[in-house]
Amino acid sequence: MRKLLFQSFFQGPFTEPAPALDPTAVEELAAALQRAARRRLGRSLSIREIDAGSCNGCELEIHALNNAYYDVERFGIRFVASPRHADVLMVTGPVTKNMRDALERTYHATPDPKWVVAVGDCARDGGCFAGSYAVVGGVSQVVPVDLHIPGCPPPPVTILQGLLALLDRTAKDATSIA
Amino acid sequence: MPSLIDLMQEGRTIQQHSPWPRAVADAHLWNFAASELAQGRWSLLGLWGEPSTVHMAIIDRDTADIAVVSLDCPDRVYPSVGKYHPPALRLERTINDLFGLFAQDLPDSRPWLDQNRWSVRFPLGDRISALSTTAPYRFLAAEGDGLHQIAVGPVHAGIIEPGHFRFTASGETVVRLEQRLGYTHKGIEGLMRGASVERGAQLAGRVSGDSTVAYAYAFSKAVEAALQLAVPDRAVWLRALLAELERLANHLGDIGAICNDASFGLMQAHCNVLREDVLRAANTAFGHRLMRDVIVPGGLVRDLDENGQAAIRATLDNIPVRFPALVELYDNTASLQDRTVGTGVVTAALAKQYAAGGYVGRASGRAFDTRRAPGYPPYDDLRFEVPVLDEGDVNARVWIRIREVEQSLSLANQILDRLPGGPLRVPVGAAAGPREGMALVEGFRGDIMVWLRLDGGRIDRCHLRDPSWFQWPLLEAAIEDNIVADFPLCNKSFNCSYSGQDL
Ligand code: SF4
Repeated sequence: MRKLLFQSFFQGPFTEPAPALDPTAVEELAAALQRAARRRLGRSLSIREIDAGSCNGCELEIHALNNAYYDVERFGIRFVASPRHADVLMVTGPVTKNMRDALERTYHATPDPKWVVAVGDCARDGGCFAGSYAVVGGVSQVVPVDLHIPGCPPPPVTILQGLLALLDRTAKDATSIA
Repeated sequence: MPSLIDLMQEGRTIQQHSPWPRAVADAHLWNFAASELAQGRWSLLGLWGEPSTVHMAIIDRDTADIAVVSLDCPDRVYPSVGKYHPPALRLERTINDLFGLFAQDLPDSRPWLDQNRWSVRFPLGDRISALSTTAPYRFLAAEGDGLHQIAVGPVHAGIIEPGHFRFTASGETVVRLEQRLGYTHKGIEGLMRGASVERGAQLAGRVSGDSTVAYAYAFSKAVEAALQLAVPDRAVWLRALLAELERLANHLGDIGAICNDASFGLMQAHCNVLREDVLRAANTAFGHRLMRDVIVPGGLVRDLDENGQAAIRATLDNIPVRFPALVELYDNTASLQDRTVGTGVVTAALAKQYAAGGYVGRASGRAFDTRRAPGYPPYDDLRFEVPVLDEGDVNARVWIRIREVEQSLSLANQILDRLPGGPLRVPVGAAAGPREGMALVEGFRGDIMVWLRLDGGRIDRCHLRDPSWFQWPLLEAAIEDNIVADFPLCNKSFNCSYSGQDL
């Protein structure tokens, strides 16, 4: 293990600007995100993720936010284990009827102020599962949604952009209320 | 002892079923097949329903012959297979939930996917209104002094799929674990009915997000079998490339995640970098990080250009540079080995009985791999090994993944070296009259089965069977006598699909 740790010491960090393919540089995005998060919520943003019946594709990309390339924790964005610790509920899936109750209960367990981010095409309106006897179809049918992040699944960069948009908006709302 | 093929001759053979035979049996023949499964000569590949028919797919353990046995049950009852052969239990409970067909003498008649929240019962059979009141789900009992229960889920602490686990423990030791799933049931087989083949492919690719390639692959092969379509060579080879990239990405992610559940985050950090590299290469090559909607019936929708080839090659070259140090780290870290060696053992007998596919089966002595037998192109033209271990513990499941990473790297390189040119896709026409097709494809988790019937240009019935059906029950067995704190580790080493089995 020492060898590997030692190597890591000299090797540059994996964390990097986005690959050339992406229109927005991750670094830039993340810096903006950090500013917005600080303005609105102090130093951190805690997210509780809920799979409300997704195919698990959205989860894979949400997971990817934690890898060394995106490393969301460096901006104070953390995924937390309990809704009681969360500022944001990140919900995926077409909300199956079997998950509706659990989603509602998780929402009510989250303290105010809270925001709900619906991730993925399914979470918007049921996606390609809309119309099934077994799905409700869209997170906003069950709990109020502040932001939709489209994609099937949205890639990590898009999810970051979405979080930034949320923070920008809530910051504006806060100013207008004040 | 009749062979599977002899048995099929006793039934009424259905024409237009490819590539393996299907025969309509009587109850006697059905029972005989069930008892053979119980004896262990044959393995259960799948058991599924239609409004008044049940089907079971069987594979002969020795010859790898495959056949489907069907039984008409106009009275809505059929003899239970699960009574003799426990791997069929959850499948029979599901058939009852979805179609209202009841397995006679079924030892466990509780609902499986139906939690009485759909507002209908038997949604794919003769629908009736849901029950007006829900009875609480009866978990199985465990008796003894000082036992306590721990209920977990459906919402878990991590970013994972929803399901419920009911532990009964004596102090730290798990005496019984019972799973309750169905939370992600989306009614996919219901949506398939009457759908076009294109929409079917889209739905199939969303059965389980981490296996989107394997499902699209299996679905497409089943359609092509039904219509007797020959796919261009280039598509055949590219499909396998996609499947190996998917396997690579998932195994790399899993190896890291298992170590993370043993509180060894360093491995996860490094493995996830490699996983991300694979996803980015896939994105460059096929325009989607998970390679979704690339495989369709008839071929592929997107060709691999030089840019894409270069991206994949770079990744395939980089992993052998980085990965061995991680394997060494895994193997030489005592605190990690302490958690994985001897933990969560699945015996060879159970893996065999449940016909467990993928790393779960192969870590417990079951060498089954559909790329080998029955096999399909281009794999019969490629060199690869199917790693097998006997220990059946978490460590063995990690090692199978490590070996499979190496095999997938080699396979992907071989494919790129020999990639044939030519067209990418043939049109999928509609054939008159009903035609049935079936396919088995090796996903990263194990064998995925798709069975379907097309009528004209539409899907009349499509059944998709995830490998998790036969792996979830083994997790219940594996955790027994282990401590509660080892559950996440065991669970991750299985990494069963929720969405895939809930459908
Ligand atoms: S949006 Fe796509 S990836 Fe996300 S849950 Fe739905 S089908 Fe899966």
